[in-house]
Amino acid sequence: MSSGTLYDKVWDLHRVKELPGGSTQLFVGLHLIHEVTSPQAFSAIHEKNLGVKFPNLTIATVDHIVPTSNQQRPFNDPLAEEMLTTLEKNCESHGIKFHGIGSTSQGVVHVMAPELGLTQPGMTVACGDSHTSTHGAFGAIAFGIGTSQVRDVLASQSLAMKKLKVRRIWVDGALQKGVYAKDLILHIIRHLGVKGGVGFAYEFAGPAIEKLSMEGRMTICNMAIEGGARCGYINPDETTYKYLKGKEYSPKNQGWDNAIKWWKSLASDSEAKFDDEIRLNGSSIEPTVTWGITPGQGISIKEKIPNPELLPHNEQQIARDACKYMDLEPEKPIEGTSIDVCFIGSCTNGRLSDLQEASKIVRGHKVATGIRAFVVPGSQKVAKEAKQKGIDKIFLKAGFEWREPGCSMCLAMNPDKLEGRQISASSSNRNFKGRQGSASGRTLLMSPAMVAAAAINGKVTDVRKLLQE
Amino acid sequence: MKQEFPKGEIKSIKGRSFSIKGDDIDTDRIIPARFLKCVSFSALGEQVFADDRKELKGNHPFDLENNKGANILIVNDNFGCGSSREHAPQALMRWGIRLLVGESFAEIFFGNCLALGIPCLTASKKEIIKIQKLVDENPKQIWSFKLDELSISNQKETIKLNLEEGAYKMLYSGKWDATSQLLDEEERIKKIFKNLPYLNNFK
Ligand code: SF4
Repeated sequence: MSSGTLYDKVWDLHRVKELPGGSTQLFVGLHLIHEVTSPQAFSAIHEKNLGVKFPNLTIATVDHIVPTSNQQRPFNDPLAEEMLTTLEKNCESHGIKFHGIGSTSQGVVHVMAPELGLTQPGMTVACGDSHTSTHGAFGAIAFGIGTSQVRDVLASQSLAMKKLKVRRIWVDGALQKGVYAKDLILHIIRHLGVKGGVGFAYEFAGPAIEKLSMEGRMTICNMAIEGGARCGYINPDETTYKYLKGKEYSPKNQGWDNAIKWWKSLASDSEAKFDDEIRLNGSSIEPTVTWGITPGQGISIKEKIPNPELLPHNEQQIARDACKYMDLEPEKPIEGTSIDVCFIGSCTNGRLSDLQEASKIVRGHKVATGIRAFVVPGSQKVAKEAKQKGIDKIFLKAGFEWREPGCSMCLAMNPDKLEGRQISASSSNRNFKGRQGSASGRTLLMSPAMVAAAAINGKVTDVRKLLQE
Repeated sequence: MKQEFPKGEIKSIKGRSFSIKGDDIDTDRIIPARFLKCVSFSALGEQVFADDRKELKGNHPFDLENNKGANILIVNDNFGCGSSREHAPQALMRWGIRLLVGESFAEIFFGNCLALGIPCLTASKKEIIKIQKLVDENPKQIWSFKLDELSISNQKETIKLNLEEGAYKMLYSGKWDATSQLLDEEERIKKIFKNLPYLNNFK
């Protein structure tokens, strides 16, 4: 059993009680809600005549269903409008702060909360969304929950949860030029498998992780869930403090100094015990792209699409399935695969640095003919800062569409969808069948810079070639 | 024919069963994202596996005449992976599923099912394939699941199943509806609230 890790310390501080079923009642310090997984939870507390116990500890935004071309109310889609008004009403009647349409802090929940300084080290963060693991980048214990747990948190500010084991993933070295946090996490998931993390929290550590910016760290933790780990985290350090300093909800004055002391005390001890440890060399990782229908089906840009018959036995069936669905030929290089749509955005890679890195590739080029390429900033703040830096212009000039913030084609609950068999190069996190809005649509996951390179060449491209130019 | 939703102690489940075959069936497939656009769960039953069903034009297990009214679903490995959406177990429940038996389940999916009173039990790959074969051969047979014996049986064959102790206790006692238990601890919750530095301006 792990001991002395950040996970253990934060867990103990929030433990209310051991429950008869073997799970623990855990206090939730920050509860984030959005329009998709909250309405049924509110209905449930209304049915049971329960109130919201600590309305100040719940923060709401709207992201999944918002249109990104025109955010004028009422939305064209009456269902989307209904979801939004339901959330508005619920927030208003319970006194919950709502960063809605028109607010300068609206955005994808896992982008806007860190920006406001809501997410801090040592917290327990819960949200009815599997990518809540993102917030672990700050040294918080953050995990996705289902709607009935959203109901529990609203009613009691706590939930029943099983303590996870802790696996440390130590990454030596440093990521090479043209290799990003996204490549690192795709590489990790490829090697540990999409189920490798089941029952574990992942602690990401080591020189390559420490060198990452907060935004890179969020990308890593965001996709811990794709590796099966319900939560992933990184110990807080100077990079974390620097990011948090001066944010709207960050501690101020004397509180700030006390906070740093407390945060430091929470990091995993040097003699902490882990349930499992894995070591990787970050310097040898290359740009990575998925070719299949699970995020674990990734290969480096230099590799060929695997032949299912040559894979380990337990991977063969899903690989055959993937080849059939993706219509990609085994043993052909992934580089050069033609694409139709390019999407830069999502809570994995829709932050300022993501857009910035991609814009460096795009500058001075044009989107290849026949390609539909678009950028969806992760939040209003990202959009605003990007505009201040002229990043929107670079994309527009190259022939990209520049959209309003939201989840967009990450899961296509709004009008942004693939059509028919279209194949996309996407900076999002899931390549499941039908994920991007067309039941037969296909997705290749990669870093935003790689998506930009694909847009310019009309096919999967090693971004390092464009960096050299 | 409509069954009531689970309530109270869940010690036995009886009915016909059928399989959804394949590993890593994710919640996007169980309920495609476009159906999440709803403020109530009531219509989800008809939409379960919508895209897969459309592709198979009436030949999907959830459409086959033989399977109408069945309430036990046999699945393979890592069922329910992907998005944490509770719409997936809700869709299965509203279609009529009351019990899942499989090689393994994704963690959040397992928890979401439990919170609805739908047990997810596991058995080895060999055993699951055996059940799937039996079910395919005779979709009409009645299976009965007994929680205290952790087994499922069609009279002739009895297969042992696994369930973690916590979930077992919750189903056995009828305390899988967590909210009421959590609300019992108001005082302790307030105490933690008062002791956490970040909720008290780091004084
Ligand atoms: S961007 Fe995608 S993964 Fe992130 S919260 Fe939105 S839909 Fe979920």
